[in-house]
Amino acid sequence: MNGPFALFKWQALFTDWTVFAKGFLTTLLVSVIALLLALVLGILFGIFSTSKIKVLEAVSRVYVEFIQNTPLLIQVFFLYNGLPHLGVVLPVMLIGILALGIYHGAYIAEVVRAGINSINKGQLEAALSQGFTYWEAMRYIVIPQAVKIVLPPMTNQAVNLIKNTSVLSIIAGGDLMYQTDSWSSANLYYGPAYVVTGLLYLALCLPLATAARNFERKASQVPESDSEDKKLTYEEDAIA
Amino acid sequence: MISNLFSLINIKFLLYGFGLTLYISIVTIILSTIFGTVLGILRNSSKGLPGKLSAVYIETVRNTPMLLWILVTRFIVNMKPVNAGILALTIFTSSIIGEIVRGGLNSIKQGQWEAAFSQGFTYVQTLRYIIVPQAFKNMIPALASQFITVIKDTSFLWAVGIEEVTGKGMILMGSYASTTQVFSIFGMIALMYFTANYVLSLLFRAQQRRLVLQN
Repeated sequence: MNGPFALFKWQALFTDWTVFAKGFLTTLLVSVIALLLALVLGILFGIFSTSKIKVLEAVSRVYVEFIQNTPLLIQVFFLYNGLPHLGVVLPVMLIGILALGIYHGAYIAEVVRAGINSINKGQLEAALSQGFTYWEAMRYIVIPQAVKIVLPPMTNQAVNLIKNTSVLSIIAGGDLMYQTDSWSSANLYYGPAYVVTGLLYLALCLPLATAARNFERKASQVPESDSEDKKLTYEEDAIA
Repeated sequence: MISNLFSLINIKFLLYGFGLTLYISIVTIILSTIFGTVLGILRNSSKGLPGKLSAVYIETVRNTPMLLWILVTRFIVNMKPVNAGILALTIFTSSIIGEIVRGGLNSIKQGQWEAAFSQGFTYVQTLRYIIVPQAFKNMIPALASQFITVIKDTSFLWAVGIEEVTGKGMILMGSYASTTQVFSIFGMIALMYFTANYVLSLLFRAQQRRLVLQN
């Protein structure tokens, strides 16, 4: 028997399991650090885009539009092939972390902006009238409410980020997809390699995606606010 | 040196790749919208096997990287590279659109179904005349963002050697060494993607405004 899923190919894969484990750990590590970076950038630029200061708003607009409308791969290639021309040579893992953090930061910024906008303006005004500063009002009044609305799309971004770590394989980043690709193109045992890799990504992403759906359901059980622009939760289940 | 970079031949070379990017994107968007809608409706309405199968499809495919599907179709399916690429993008994007359609259908209150049934509408008529028009309006932002993602995702096809605009740009970069030239090529590629995506998002925004105004 010599099909794409022949037994000896599976045996070869399990003998070389450390190759896949190494890739899996790299993917996990890059995901976690990039996600932290994306959160920091996303929250920062999300708050910028709702601020009254025009320059900050404009900076945030340009960041979001430029990053969201160009491919991640081009951004990765720019760090990998472009920056060395300026004398900046970064290790591939750092390139992955930077590119993924910046790319998903732009998406998270939009999520944060929508979350803040979904809170009725009256809340902010009431807080300001009580002597809160802008940042205090954000910290104690607006953000705690926005978090509930923001959590589902934010979790989906985490899933997308994990999947997008596979872009590293194109610049030999040592991630799971890279290890799979190089292992299977050396011995041509594609079948088992792709199945195992798919399952490993599924193991990371499926629980998060399921959590996102549960957050959605929970958020939709919260009593409707009287805010007109609370339309962003259209994805939630209306069964409640 | 900038002037010889912007020669007619180089511009044509890049534009040819951009054409392929647009072709792959448009075919993928059309096919995945069809399959995704079917998957989403099945998942939303069928309690039986078809519903379960589409749930498994959606959850499995959308939780694995698209690059995996590109490699799978490339090495396991025997097709012309561009068609294998379209197949991979369609397999992946259908699952995402299926999920968007499910969410859109769920956003319509149960009472709408009941009201339509009580007026003698059949299931398909209710879907066609009552649910879909309303759900579609809710789905526009998510669909727009996914269509833009498709255009961007075509760049991954360069990983299997399909010479769309990213591929053409990287090939072109191979024969130019100066910083200005390399950065100009990056600028041109980014500009092409940006233009396509920005135009698409403006179209969607206009469409949504029209639908909102209609009500």
